[in-house]
Amino acid sequence: MAKGSQYRKFTRTTAGNIGYFTILILFGLFTVFPLFYCIITSLKPLDELLIFPPRFWVARPTFDNYKVLPALLSNLEIPLSRYVFNSLFIAIATTIVSIIAGSMAAFTFSKSKIKGAKFSFTLITTMMLYNHATLGVPQYLIFSTMGIIDTYWVYILPAIPSTVNCFLMKQFMDASVNDSLLEAARIDGAGVGGMYWKIVMPIMKPAIMTVLLFSFQAMWSVVPGGTIFSEELKTLPYVMSSVAAGGIARSGSSMAITVILMLPPILVFVVTQSNVLETMGSSGIKE
Amino acid sequence: MKKSPSLTKKRLVKDDISFYLFMAPFMLAFFLFTVIPIVSSMVLSFFDYDMVSTPIFVGFENYIRMFTADDLFFTVLANSLSFGILVGPGGYLLAFLLAWMINEFPRVIRVFLTFIFYVPSLVGNALYIFQIMFSGDSYAYINNLLISFGFITEPIQWFQNPEYNFVLIVAIQLWSSMGVSFLANIAGLQNVNTELYEAGAIDGIRTRWHELWYITMPSMKTILLFSAVMQIQTAFSMGALQTTLAGYPSVNNSLDTLVQYIGDIGTTRYEMGYAAALSVFLFAIIIIFRYLIGGLLNLIGKSDR
Repeated sequence: MAKGSQYRKFTRTTAGNIGYFTILILFGLFTVFPLFYCIITSLKPLDELLIFPPRFWVARPTFDNYKVLPALLSNLEIPLSRYVFNSLFIAIATTIVSIIAGSMAAFTFSKSKIKGAKFSFTLITTMMLYNHATLGVPQYLIFSTMGIIDTYWVYILPAIPSTVNCFLMKQFMDASVNDSLLEAARIDGAGVGGMYWKIVMPIMKPAIMTVLLFSFQAMWSVVPGGTIFSEELKTLPYVMSSVAAGGIARSGSSMAITVILMLPPILVFVVTQSNVLETMGSSGIKE
Repeated sequence: MKKSPSLTKKRLVKDDISFYLFMAPFMLAFFLFTVIPIVSSMVLSFFDYDMVSTPIFVGFENYIRMFTADDLFFTVLANSLSFGILVGPGGYLLAFLLAWMINEFPRVIRVFLTFIFYVPSLVGNALYIFQIMFSGDSYAYINNLLISFGFITEPIQWFQNPEYNFVLIVAIQLWSSMGVSFLANIAGLQNVNTELYEAGAIDGIRTRWHELWYITMPSMKTILLFSAVMQIQTAFSMGALQTTLAGYPSVNNSLDTLVQYIGDIGTTRYEMGYAAALSVFLFAIIIIFRYLIGGLLNLIGKSDR
Protein backbone atom coordinates (compact mmCIF):
# COMPACT_ATOMS: atom_id res chain seq x y z
CA MET A 1 0.00 0.00 0.00
CA ALA A 2 1.17 3.52 -0.72
CA LYS A 3 2.05 5.63 2.25
CA GLY A 4 -0.60 8.31 1.93
CA SER A 5 0.04 9.81 5.32
CA GLN A 6 3.78 10.37 4.97
CA TYR A 7 3.87 13.62 3.10
CA ARG A 8 3.71 17.14 4.48
CA LYS A 9 0.15 18.33 4.93
CA PHE A 10 -1.43 21.69 4.44
CA THR A 11 -2.64 23.20 7.67
CA ARG A 12 -6.30 23.87 8.18
CA THR A 13 -7.85 26.99 9.61
CA THR A 14 -9.59 26.69 12.98
CA ALA A 15 -12.96 27.01 11.27
CA GLY A 16 -11.89 24.29 8.86
CA ASN A 17 -10.98 22.03 11.74
CA ILE A 18 -14.30 22.63 13.46
CA GLY A 19 -16.21 21.87 10.26
CA TYR A 20 -14.11 18.80 9.59
CA PHE A 21 -14.67 17.18 12.95
CA THR A 22 -18.32 18.26 13.11
CA ILE A 23 -19.10 16.46 9.85
CA LEU A 24 -17.19 13.35 10.88
CA ILE A 25 -18.76 13.18 14.32
CA LEU A 26 -22.27 13.87 13.05
CA PHE A 27 -22.05 11.24 10.35
CA GLY A 28 -20.43 8.85 12.80
CA LEU A 29 -23.34 9.26 15.23
CA PHE A 30 -25.82 8.91 12.39
CA THR A 31 -24.17 5.63 11.40
CA VAL A 32 -23.69 4.18 14.86
CA PHE A 33 -26.96 5.16 16.51
CA PRO A 34 -29.27 2.63 14.78
CA LEU A 35 -26.79 -0.18 15.39
CA PHE A 36 -26.38 0.86 19.02
CA TYR A 37 -30.15 1.05 19.40
CA CYS A 38 -30.46 -2.45 17.94
CA ILE A 39 -27.96 -4.00 20.35
CA ILE A 40 -29.31 -2.15 23.40
CA THR A 41 -32.91 -3.08 22.58
CA SER A 42 -31.96 -6.73 22.20
CA LEU A 43 -30.64 -6.67 25.77
CA LYS A 44 -33.65 -4.96 27.36
CA PRO A 45 -36.11 -6.85 29.56
CA LEU A 46 -39.77 -6.35 28.62
CA ASP A 47 -40.54 -3.71 31.25
CA GLU A 48 -37.68 -1.54 30.03
CA LEU A 49 -38.99 -1.75 26.47
CA LEU A 50 -42.31 -0.28 27.55
CA ILE A 51 -41.37 2.65 29.74
CA PHE A 52 -42.04 6.36 29.30
CA PRO A 53 -39.74 8.06 28.40
CA PRO A 54 -37.61 5.50 26.57
CA ARG A 55 -33.97 5.14 27.58
CA PHE A 56 -30.79 5.14 25.57
CA TRP A 57 -29.20 2.59 27.81
CA VAL A 58 -30.26 -0.63 29.47
CA ALA A 59 -30.47 -0.75 33.27
CA ARG A 60 -30.67 -4.51 33.72
CA PRO A 61 -29.23 -6.17 30.60
CA THR A 62 -30.50 -9.66 29.95
CA PHE A 63 -30.12 -12.30 27.28
CA ASP A 64 -33.78 -13.30 27.63
CA ASN A 65 -34.63 -11.95 24.18
CA TYR A 66 -32.06 -14.32 22.72
CA LYS A 67 -33.06 -17.26 24.93
CA VAL A 68 -36.73 -17.11 23.91
CA LEU A 69 -35.92 -17.20 20.19
CA PRO A 70 -35.99 -21.00 19.85
CA ALA A 71 -39.30 -21.15 21.73
CA LEU A 72 -40.69 -18.24 19.73
CA LEU A 73 -39.79 -20.00 16.51
CA SER A 74 -40.75 -23.51 17.64
CA ASN A 75 -44.25 -23.36 16.18
CA LEU A 76 -42.78 -23.05 12.70
CA GLU A 77 -43.60 -25.83 10.26
CA ILE A 78 -39.96 -26.86 10.12
CA PRO A 79 -37.19 -26.55 12.72
CA LEU A 80 -35.22 -23.32 12.94
CA SER A 81 -32.01 -25.22 12.25
CA ARG A 82 -33.20 -25.88 8.71
CA TYR A 83 -33.44 -22.15 7.98
CA VAL A 84 -29.97 -21.64 9.43
CA PHE A 85 -28.65 -24.47 7.27
CA ASN A 86 -30.33 -23.06 4.15
CA SER A 87 -28.87 -19.60 4.64
CA LEU A 88 -25.38 -20.94 5.32
CA PHE A 89 -25.53 -23.46 2.50
CA ILE A 90 -26.74 -20.91 -0.05
CA ALA A 91 -24.18 -18.29 1.01
CA ILE A 92 -21.23 -20.70 1.04
CA ALA A 93 -22.10 -22.66 -2.11
CA THR A 94 -22.74 -19.51 -4.14
CA THR A 95 -19.56 -17.89 -2.90
CA ILE A 96 -17.39 -20.88 -3.86
CA VAL A 97 -18.96 -21.36 -7.28
CA SER A 98 -18.85 -17.68 -8.18
CA ILE A 99 -15.20 -17.37 -7.12
CA ILE A 100 -14.22 -20.31 -9.35
CA ALA A 101 -16.31 -19.36 -12.38
CA GLY A 102 -15.56 -15.64 -12.02
CA SER A 103 -11.81 -15.99 -11.63
CA MET A 104 -11.55 -18.36 -14.59
CA ALA A 105 -13.42 -15.90 -16.78
CA ALA A 106 -11.40 -12.98 -15.39
CA PHE A 107 -8.19 -14.85 -16.29
CA THR A 108 -9.39 -15.16 -19.88
CA PHE A 109 -10.39 -11.50 -20.08
CA SER A 110 -7.14 -10.32 -18.57
CA LYS A 111 -4.53 -12.52 -20.23
CA SER A 112 -5.81 -14.07 -23.44
CA LYS A 113 -6.24 -12.55 -26.86
CA ILE A 114 -8.98 -14.89 -28.03
CA LYS A 115 -11.78 -13.53 -30.18
CA GLY A 116 -14.79 -12.42 -28.18
CA ALA A 117 -12.99 -11.96 -24.87
CA LYS A 118 -12.78 -8.20 -25.18
CA PHE A 119 -16.38 -7.88 -26.29
CA SER A 120 -17.58 -10.12 -23.46
CA PHE A 121 -15.77 -8.01 -20.91
CA THR A 122 -17.21 -4.78 -22.31
CA LEU A 123 -20.65 -6.34 -22.07
CA ILE A 124 -20.01 -7.31 -18.45
CA THR A 125 -18.83 -3.80 -17.58
CA THR A 126 -21.95 -2.31 -19.14
CA MET A 127 -24.23 -4.74 -17.35
CA MET A 128 -22.84 -3.65 -13.98
CA LEU A 129 -25.33 -0.83 -14.44
CA TYR A 130 -28.32 -2.99 -15.21
CA ASN A 131 -31.04 -3.20 -12.69
CA HIS A 132 -31.52 -6.86 -11.88
CA ALA A 133 -34.59 -6.16 -9.81
CA THR A 134 -36.55 -5.73 -13.04
CA LEU A 135 -35.50 -9.06 -14.54
CA GLY A 136 -37.84 -11.11 -12.37
CA VAL A 137 -40.28 -12.24 -15.03
CA PRO A 138 -37.86 -13.23 -17.83
CA GLN A 139 -35.73 -15.01 -15.25
CA TYR A 140 -38.78 -16.83 -13.95
CA LEU A 141 -39.52 -18.08 -17.46
CA ILE A 142 -35.95 -19.35 -17.81
CA PHE A 143 -36.08 -21.07 -14.42
CA SER A 144 -39.32 -22.80 -15.30
CA THR A 145 -37.96 -23.90 -18.68
CA MET A 146 -34.97 -25.38 -16.88
CA GLY A 147 -37.33 -27.00 -14.36
CA ILE A 148 -35.52 -25.59 -11.34
CA ILE A 149 -38.37 -23.63 -9.76
CA ASP A 150 -38.55 -24.34 -6.04
CA THR A 151 -35.02 -25.74 -5.73
CA TYR A 152 -31.78 -24.37 -4.27
CA TRP A 153 -30.64 -23.68 -7.83
CA VAL A 154 -32.78 -20.55 -8.19
CA TYR A 155 -30.78 -18.96 -5.40
CA ILE A 156 -27.37 -20.10 -6.61
CA LEU A 157 -27.35 -20.07 -10.42
CA PRO A 158 -28.32 -16.44 -11.10
CA ALA A 159 -25.79 -15.27 -8.51
CA ILE A 160 -22.86 -16.90 -10.32
CA PRO A 161 -22.47 -14.32 -13.10
CA SER A 162 -21.88 -11.41 -10.73
CA THR A 163 -20.61 -8.72 -13.08
CA VAL A 164 -19.01 -6.63 -10.34
CA ASN A 165 -17.12 -9.57 -8.87
CA CYS A 166 -15.78 -10.65 -12.26
CA PHE A 167 -14.85 -7.04 -13.05
CA LEU A 168 -12.94 -6.63 -9.79
CA MET A 169 -11.01 -9.87 -10.30
CA LYS A 170 -10.11 -8.92 -13.88
CA GLN A 171 -8.89 -5.45 -12.91
CA PHE A 172 -6.85 -6.89 -10.07
CA MET A 173 -5.31 -9.44 -12.41
CA ASP A 174 -4.39 -6.71 -14.90
CA ALA A 175 -2.61 -4.82 -12.16
CA SER A 176 -0.97 -7.65 -10.23
CA VAL A 177 -0.26 -10.64 -12.45
CA ASN A 178 2.83 -9.96 -14.51
CA ASP A 179 2.77 -11.32 -18.06
CA SER A 180 6.43 -12.37 -17.85
CA LEU A 181 5.56 -14.79 -15.06
CA LEU A 182 3.01 -16.43 -17.33
CA GLU A 183 5.50 -16.51 -20.22
CA ALA A 184 8.04 -18.25 -18.01
CA ALA A 185 5.48 -20.82 -16.94
CA ARG A 186 4.47 -21.40 -20.52
CA ILE A 187 8.10 -22.07 -21.53
CA ASP A 188 8.29 -24.56 -18.68
CA GLY A 189 5.41 -26.38 -20.34
CA ALA A 190 2.45 -25.18 -18.27
CA GLY A 191 -0.92 -25.03 -20.04
CA VAL A 192 -3.72 -22.58 -19.31
CA GLY A 193 -4.92 -24.66 -16.37
CA GLY A 194 -1.43 -24.85 -14.92
CA MET A 195 -0.87 -21.11 -15.24
CA TYR A 196 -4.23 -20.39 -13.65
CA TRP A 197 -3.73 -22.69 -10.71
CA LYS A 198 -0.02 -22.31 -9.98
CA ILE A 199 0.63 -18.67 -10.89
CA VAL A 200 -2.57 -16.66 -11.05
CA MET A 201 -4.54 -18.01 -8.11
CA PRO A 202 -1.84 -17.49 -5.45
CA ILE A 203 -1.41 -13.86 -6.53
CA MET A 204 -5.19 -13.38 -6.66
CA LYS A 205 -5.73 -14.02 -2.96
CA PRO A 206 -6.76 -10.43 -2.09
CA ALA A 207 -9.29 -10.29 -4.94
CA ILE A 208 -10.67 -13.68 -3.99
CA MET A 209 -11.12 -12.59 -0.38
CA THR A 210 -12.96 -9.52 -1.68
CA VAL A 211 -15.34 -11.54 -3.81
CA LEU A 212 -15.80 -13.86 -0.85
CA LEU A 213 -16.95 -10.91 1.25
CA PHE A 214 -19.29 -9.40 -1.37
CA SER A 215 -20.78 -12.71 -2.36
CA PHE A 216 -21.27 -13.99 1.18
CA GLN A 217 -22.76 -10.69 2.29
CA ALA A 218 -25.25 -10.62 -0.59
CA MET A 219 -26.31 -14.24 -0.28
CA TRP A 220 -26.54 -14.30 3.51
CA SER A 221 -29.31 -11.72 3.41
CA VAL A 222 -31.18 -13.32 0.53
CA VAL A 223 -34.93 -13.69 0.99
CA PRO A 224 -36.92 -16.13 -1.15
CA GLY A 225 -38.80 -14.49 -4.01
CA GLY A 226 -41.60 -15.83 -6.16
CA THR A 227 -39.59 -18.86 -7.23
CA ILE A 228 -39.48 -20.65 -3.85
CA PHE A 229 -42.61 -22.18 -2.38
CA SER A 230 -41.42 -24.97 -0.09
CA GLU A 231 -40.99 -23.89 3.48
CA GLU A 232 -37.95 -26.14 3.85
CA LEU A 233 -36.09 -24.10 1.21
CA LYS A 234 -36.62 -20.70 2.82
CA THR A 235 -33.89 -18.70 4.51
CA LEU A 236 -33.18 -17.24 7.92
CA PRO A 237 -33.89 -13.61 6.99
CA TYR A 238 -37.34 -14.79 5.90
CA VAL A 239 -38.05 -16.13 9.39
CA MET A 240 -37.14 -12.75 10.80
CA SER A 241 -40.18 -11.14 9.30
CA SER A 242 -42.43 -13.48 11.28
CA VAL A 243 -40.74 -12.40 14.51
CA ALA A 244 -40.80 -8.73 13.58
CA ALA A 245 -44.53 -9.01 12.85
CA GLY A 246 -45.09 -9.64 16.56
CA GLY A 247 -45.31 -5.94 17.33
CA ILE A 248 -43.68 -3.81 19.97
CA ALA A 249 -43.67 -6.46 22.70
CA ARG A 250 -41.49 -8.59 20.46
CA SER A 251 -39.12 -5.76 19.57
CA GLY A 252 -36.46 -7.15 21.93
CA SER A 253 -36.50 -10.50 20.13
CA SER A 254 -36.60 -8.87 16.71
CA MET A 255 -33.48 -6.95 17.54
CA ALA A 256 -31.87 -10.07 19.01
CA ILE A 257 -32.34 -11.97 15.75
CA THR A 258 -31.13 -8.91 13.82
CA VAL A 259 -27.94 -8.89 15.89
CA ILE A 260 -27.45 -12.59 15.18
CA LEU A 261 -27.95 -12.03 11.45
CA MET A 262 -25.51 -9.11 11.43
CA LEU A 263 -22.63 -11.01 12.97
CA PRO A 264 -21.54 -13.37 10.14
CA PRO A 265 -20.99 -10.67 7.47
CA ILE A 266 -19.23 -8.44 10.00
CA LEU A 267 -16.92 -11.30 10.94
CA VAL A 268 -16.15 -11.99 7.28
CA PHE A 269 -15.36 -8.30 6.76
CA VAL A 270 -13.03 -8.16 9.76
CA VAL A 271 -11.12 -11.14 8.38
CA THR A 272 -10.98 -9.89 4.76
CA GLN A 273 -10.72 -6.14 5.38
CA SER A 274 -7.10 -5.46 4.33
CA ASN A 275 -7.47 -7.67 1.24
CA VAL A 276 -10.61 -5.84 0.23
CA LEU A 277 -8.98 -2.42 0.35
CA GLU A 278 -6.00 -3.72 -1.62
CA THR A 279 -8.32 -5.07 -4.31
CA MET A 280 -10.44 -1.95 -4.53
CA GLY A 281 -7.27 0.00 -5.31
CA SER A 282 -7.28 -1.48 -8.81
CA SER A 283 -11.02 -1.18 -9.39
CA GLY A 284 -10.95 1.83 -11.73
CA ILE A 285 -12.90 1.94 -15.01
CA LYS A 286 -10.82 3.20 -17.90
CA GLU A 287 -12.62 4.98 -20.72
CA MET B 1 16.39 -22.63 -26.35
CA LYS B 2 15.06 -23.68 -29.73
CA LYS B 3 11.40 -24.28 -30.23
CA SER B 4 9.88 -25.90 -33.25
CA PRO B 5 7.44 -23.36 -34.76
CA SER B 6 4.76 -25.94 -35.49
CA LEU B 7 4.74 -27.11 -31.88
CA THR B 8 4.41 -23.55 -30.60
CA LYS B 9 1.55 -22.90 -32.93
CA LYS B 10 -0.21 -26.08 -31.93
CA ARG B 11 0.19 -25.13 -28.31
CA LEU B 12 -1.22 -21.69 -28.93
CA VAL B 13 -4.30 -23.17 -30.55
CA LYS B 14 -4.65 -25.53 -27.61
CA ASP B 15 -4.31 -22.55 -25.26
CA ASP B 16 -7.04 -20.71 -27.12
CA ILE B 17 -9.39 -23.64 -26.74
CA SER B 18 -8.57 -23.84 -23.04
CA PHE B 19 -9.28 -20.13 -22.64
CA TYR B 20 -12.69 -20.54 -24.26
CA LEU B 21 -13.43 -23.37 -21.86
CA PHE B 22 -12.25 -21.17 -19.01
CA MET B 23 -14.70 -18.41 -19.65
CA ALA B 24 -17.49 -20.79 -20.63
CA PRO B 25 -19.09 -21.45 -17.21
CA PHE B 26 -19.30 -17.77 -16.29
CA MET B 27 -20.42 -16.63 -19.73
CA LEU B 28 -23.02 -19.38 -19.95
CA ALA B 29 -24.59 -18.31 -16.67
CA PHE B 30 -24.20 -14.66 -17.65
CA PHE B 31 -26.08 -15.19 -20.91
CA LEU B 32 -28.73 -17.38 -19.35
CA PHE B 33 -29.59 -15.20 -16.36
CA THR B 34 -28.63 -11.69 -17.45
CA VAL B 35 -28.24 -11.21 -21.21
CA ILE B 36 -31.18 -13.32 -22.38
CA PRO B 37 -33.61 -11.81 -19.84
CA ILE B 38 -32.49 -8.31 -20.86
CA VAL B 39 -32.73 -8.99 -24.59
CA SER B 40 -36.11 -10.64 -24.18
CA SER B 41 -37.29 -7.62 -22.17
CA MET B 42 -36.24 -5.39 -25.03
CA VAL B 43 -38.08 -7.53 -27.56
CA LEU B 44 -41.10 -7.96 -25.32
CA SER B 45 -41.41 -4.19 -24.91
CA PHE B 46 -42.84 -4.07 -28.45
CA PHE B 47 -45.50 -6.68 -27.70
CA ASP B 48 -48.71 -7.04 -25.83
CA TYR B 49 -48.29 -10.18 -23.73
CA ASP B 50 -50.18 -11.52 -20.70
CA MET B 51 -48.20 -14.77 -20.27
CA VAL B 52 -51.15 -16.83 -21.50
CA SER B 53 -52.19 -15.78 -24.99
CA THR B 54 -49.83 -15.35 -27.94
CA PRO B 55 -47.84 -12.09 -27.85
CA ILE B 56 -49.19 -9.46 -30.26
CA PHE B 57 -46.79 -7.03 -31.91
CA VAL B 58 -47.83 -3.48 -31.03
CA GLY B 59 -44.83 -1.40 -32.13
CA PHE B 60 -44.12 1.56 -29.88
CA GLU B 61 -47.53 1.46 -28.23
CA ASN B 62 -46.16 0.50 -24.81
CA TYR B 63 -43.78 3.43 -24.89
CA ILE B 64 -46.49 5.79 -26.06
CA ARG B 65 -48.79 4.58 -23.31
CA MET B 66 -46.14 5.46 -20.73
CA PHE B 67 -46.19 9.13 -21.64
CA THR B 68 -49.79 9.61 -22.70
CA ALA B 69 -52.08 7.23 -20.87
CA ASP B 70 -50.50 6.47 -17.51
CA ASP B 71 -50.68 9.11 -14.79
CA LEU B 72 -49.12 6.84 -12.23
CA PHE B 73 -46.05 6.54 -14.43
CA PHE B 74 -45.16 10.19 -13.89
CA THR B 75 -45.58 9.85 -10.14
CA VAL B 76 -43.27 6.84 -9.87
CA LEU B 77 -40.83 8.34 -12.36
CA ALA B 78 -40.62 11.52 -10.27
CA ASN B 79 -40.06 9.41 -7.15
CA SER B 80 -37.38 7.32 -8.86
CA LEU B 81 -35.58 10.42 -10.08
CA SER B 82 -35.77 12.16 -6.69
CA PHE B 83 -34.48 9.10 -4.86
CA GLY B 84 -31.99 8.46 -7.63
CA ILE B 85 -30.49 11.94 -7.53
CA LEU B 86 -30.38 12.23 -3.73
CA VAL B 87 -29.00 8.76 -3.17
CA GLY B 88 -27.00 8.45 -6.42
CA PRO B 89 -24.99 11.64 -6.96
CA GLY B 90 -25.72 12.69 -3.36
CA GLY B 91 -24.53 9.44 -1.83
CA TYR B 92 -21.62 9.42 -4.25
CA LEU B 93 -20.37 12.82 -3.09
CA LEU B 94 -20.84 11.76 0.51
CA ALA B 95 -18.90 8.53 -0.07
CA PHE B 96 -16.05 10.50 -1.58
CA LEU B 97 -16.11 13.26 1.03
CA LEU B 98 -16.03 10.81 3.94
CA ALA B 99 -13.29 8.73 2.34
CA TRP B 100 -11.24 11.89 1.75
CA MET B 101 -11.78 13.07 5.31
CA ILE B 102 -10.70 9.85 6.98
CA ASN B 103 -7.79 9.39 4.59
CA GLU B 104 -5.50 11.63 6.66
CA PHE B 105 -5.86 9.69 9.88
CA PRO B 106 -3.21 7.21 11.03
CA ARG B 107 -3.84 3.68 9.83
CA VAL B 108 -5.55 2.25 12.92
CA ILE B 109 -8.06 5.10 13.20
CA ARG B 110 -8.65 5.02 9.45
CA VAL B 111 -9.42 1.31 9.47
CA PHE B 112 -11.73 1.76 12.44
CA LEU B 113 -13.67 4.60 10.80
CA THR B 114 -13.87 2.65 7.53
CA PHE B 115 -15.40 -0.19 9.48
CA ILE B 116 -17.93 2.06 11.24
CA PHE B 117 -19.14 3.72 8.03
CA TYR B 118 -19.17 0.47 6.06
CA VAL B 119 -21.04 -1.72 8.56
CA PRO B 120 -24.57 -0.52 7.68
CA SER B 121 -24.16 -1.54 4.05
CA LEU B 122 -22.66 -4.82 5.20
CA VAL B 123 -25.69 -5.90 7.17
CA GLY B 124 -28.49 -6.53 4.73
CA ASN B 125 -31.22 -7.14 7.29
CA ALA B 126 -30.84 -3.92 9.20
CA LEU B 127 -34.17 -2.63 7.86
CA TYR B 128 -35.91 -4.17 10.82
CA ILE B 129 -34.08 -1.77 13.09
CA PHE B 130 -35.93 1.11 11.45
CA GLN B 131 -39.18 -0.75 11.29
CA ILE B 132 -39.10 -1.07 15.06
CA MET B 133 -37.53 2.28 15.86
CA PHE B 134 -40.04 4.20 13.74
CA SER B 135 -43.01 1.93 14.30
CA GLY B 136 -46.36 3.75 14.47
CA ASP B 137 -47.03 2.46 18.00
CA SER B 138 -46.85 5.07 20.76
CA TYR B 139 -44.47 2.78 22.67
CA ALA B 140 -42.10 2.63 19.73
CA TYR B 141 -38.81 4.37 20.37
CA ILE B 142 -39.10 7.57 18.35
CA ASN B 143 -42.80 8.18 19.01
CA ASN B 144 -42.33 7.42 22.69
CA LEU B 145 -39.43 9.87 22.86
CA LEU B 146 -41.32 12.65 21.11
CA ILE B 147 -44.47 12.12 23.17
CA SER B 148 -42.51 12.01 26.43
CA PHE B 149 -40.90 15.34 25.72
CA GLY B 150 -44.14 16.89 24.56
CA PHE B 151 -43.26 17.44 20.90
CA ILE B 152 -46.28 15.46 19.74
CA THR B 153 -49.41 14.16 21.41
CA GLU B 154 -50.41 11.45 18.94
CA PRO B 155 -48.03 8.79 17.61
CA ILE B 156 -46.91 9.42 14.04
CA GLN B 157 -47.21 6.75 11.36
CA TRP B 158 -43.76 7.57 10.05
CA PHE B 159 -43.73 5.52 6.88
CA GLN B 160 -47.37 6.22 6.03
CA ASN B 161 -47.17 9.99 6.42
CA PRO B 162 -46.17 11.68 3.14
CA GLU B 163 -44.79 14.58 5.17
CA TYR B 164 -41.97 12.52 6.65
CA ASN B 165 -41.66 9.24 4.82
CA PHE B 166 -39.65 10.46 1.83
CA VAL B 167 -36.92 12.10 3.90
CA LEU B 168 -36.83 9.10 6.19
CA ILE B 169 -36.36 6.63 3.32
CA VAL B 170 -33.59 8.79 1.81
CA ALA B 171 -31.85 8.94 5.20
CA ILE B 172 -32.09 5.18 5.70
CA GLN B 173 -30.80 4.51 2.19
CA LEU B 174 -27.88 6.92 2.67
CA TRP B 175 -27.18 5.29 6.01
CA SER B 176 -26.55 2.00 4.22
CA SER B 177 -24.95 3.54 1.11
CA MET B 178 -21.32 3.70 2.16
CA GLY B 179 -20.64 0.42 0.39
CA VAL B 180 -18.44 -0.71 -2.45
CA SER B 181 -17.96 2.81 -3.82
CA PHE B 182 -16.87 4.09 -0.41
CA LEU B 183 -14.28 1.31 -0.10
CA ALA B 184 -13.07 1.99 -3.66
CA ASN B 185 -12.59 5.66 -2.82
CA ILE B 186 -10.61 4.87 0.32
CA ALA B 187 -8.35 2.51 -1.58
CA GLY B 188 -8.00 4.99 -4.44
CA LEU B 189 -6.99 7.81 -2.10
CA GLN B 190 -4.43 5.59 -0.41
CA ASN B 191 -2.87 4.72 -3.75
CA VAL B 192 -2.29 8.28 -4.96
CA ASN B 193 1.44 8.61 -5.54
CA THR B 194 2.81 10.87 -2.78
CA GLU B 195 5.48 12.23 -5.09
CA LEU B 196 2.69 13.96 -6.99
CA TYR B 197 1.79 15.91 -3.86
CA GLU B 198 5.40 16.95 -3.35
CA ALA B 199 5.73 17.98 -6.98
CA GLY B 200 2.44 19.87 -6.70
CA ALA B 201 3.66 21.81 -3.68
CA ILE B 202 6.74 22.87 -5.65
CA ASP B 203 4.57 23.85 -8.61
CA GLY B 204 2.67 26.28 -6.46
CA ILE B 205 -0.33 24.43 -5.08
CA ARG B 206 -1.10 26.21 -1.84
CA THR B 207 -4.47 24.99 -0.53
CA ARG B 208 -5.87 21.54 0.11
CA TRP B 209 -8.79 22.30 -2.20
CA HIS B 210 -6.42 22.92 -5.08
CA GLU B 211 -4.52 19.81 -4.15
CA LEU B 212 -7.77 17.81 -4.17
CA TRP B 213 -8.86 19.20 -7.54
CA TYR B 214 -5.56 19.26 -9.42
CA ILE B 215 -3.76 16.22 -7.97
CA THR B 216 -5.87 13.83 -5.93
CA MET B 217 -9.00 13.62 -8.06
CA PRO B 218 -7.27 13.44 -11.46
CA SER B 219 -5.05 10.60 -10.30
CA MET B 220 -8.00 8.51 -9.15
CA LYS B 221 -10.38 9.34 -12.00
CA THR B 222 -10.91 5.69 -12.97
CA ILE B 223 -11.86 4.79 -9.41
CA LEU B 224 -14.24 7.75 -9.27
CA LEU B 225 -15.97 6.38 -12.35
CA PHE B 226 -16.22 2.90 -10.89
CA SER B 227 -17.70 4.19 -7.68
CA ALA B 228 -20.14 6.36 -9.65
CA VAL B 229 -21.32 3.29 -11.54
CA MET B 230 -21.87 1.40 -8.29
CA GLN B 231 -23.69 4.26 -6.60
CA ILE B 232 -25.97 5.00 -9.56
CA GLN B 233 -26.90 1.35 -9.90
CA THR B 234 -27.80 1.16 -6.20
CA ALA B 235 -29.74 4.42 -6.26
CA PHE B 236 -31.95 3.45 -9.18
CA SER B 237 -32.53 -0.06 -7.82
CA MET B 238 -34.32 1.30 -4.78
CA GLY B 239 -37.67 -0.31 -4.12
CA ALA B 240 -37.23 -3.21 -1.72
CA LEU B 241 -36.61 -0.77 1.13
CA GLN B 242 -39.89 1.05 0.46
CA THR B 243 -41.86 -2.18 0.09
CA THR B 244 -40.56 -3.51 3.41
CA LEU B 245 -41.04 -0.35 5.45
CA ALA B 246 -44.05 1.31 3.87
CA GLY B 247 -45.67 -1.42 1.79
CA TYR B 248 -46.68 -1.23 -1.86
CA PRO B 249 -48.46 0.89 -2.88
CA SER B 250 -47.46 3.47 -0.29
CA VAL B 251 -49.88 6.18 0.82
CA ASN B 252 -50.66 8.40 -2.21
CA ASN B 253 -47.86 6.53 -4.01
CA SER B 254 -45.57 8.94 -2.17
CA LEU B 255 -42.64 6.51 -2.13
CA ASP B 256 -43.28 4.12 -5.01
CA THR B 257 -40.45 3.82 -7.52
CA LEU B 258 -40.26 2.54 -11.09
CA VAL B 259 -38.70 -0.70 -9.83
CA GLN B 260 -41.71 -1.43 -7.63
CA TYR B 261 -44.13 -0.31 -10.33
CA ILE B 262 -42.50 -2.63 -12.88
CA GLY B 263 -42.82 -5.49 -10.43
CA ASP B 264 -46.47 -4.67 -9.89
CA ILE B 265 -47.33 -4.38 -13.59
CA GLY B 266 -45.42 -7.55 -14.41
CA THR B 267 -46.15 -9.98 -11.61
CA THR B 268 -49.59 -8.97 -10.42
CA ARG B 269 -51.18 -7.51 -13.55
CA TYR B 270 -49.37 -9.72 -16.06
CA GLU B 271 -48.87 -6.87 -18.52
CA MET B 272 -45.49 -8.22 -19.56
CA GLY B 273 -45.00 -6.01 -22.59
CA TYR B 274 -45.65 -2.83 -20.67
CA ALA B 275 -43.47 -3.93 -17.75
CA ALA B 276 -40.67 -4.69 -20.20
CA ALA B 277 -40.99 -1.27 -21.84
CA LEU B 278 -40.79 0.38 -18.41
CA SER B 279 -37.66 -1.56 -17.51
CA VAL B 280 -36.00 -0.63 -20.80
CA PHE B 281 -36.86 2.99 -20.05
CA LEU B 282 -35.35 2.69 -16.56
CA PHE B 283 -32.15 1.25 -17.99
CA ALA B 284 -31.97 4.18 -20.41
CA ILE B 285 -32.21 6.62 -17.49
CA ILE B 286 -29.38 4.80 -15.67
CA ILE B 287 -27.19 4.88 -18.78
CA ILE B 288 -27.82 8.62 -19.20
CA PHE B 289 -26.78 9.30 -15.61
CA ARG B 290 -23.69 7.15 -15.97
CA TYR B 291 -22.46 9.03 -19.04
CA LEU B 292 -23.43 12.36 -17.51
CA ILE B 293 -21.20 11.63 -14.54
CA GLY B 294 -18.51 10.21 -16.82
CA GLY B 295 -18.60 13.52 -18.71
CA LEU B 296 -18.43 15.55 -15.52
CA LEU B 297 -15.48 13.50 -14.32
CA ASN B 298 -13.61 14.53 -17.45
CA LEU B 299 -13.73 18.12 -16.20
CA ILE B 300 -11.72 17.17 -13.11
CA GLY B 301 -8.40 18.92 -12.83
CA LYS B 302 -9.22 21.36 -15.60
CA SER B 303 -8.27 24.88 -14.65
CA ASP B 304 -11.19 27.19 -13.92
CA ARG B 305 -9.25 30.17 -15.26
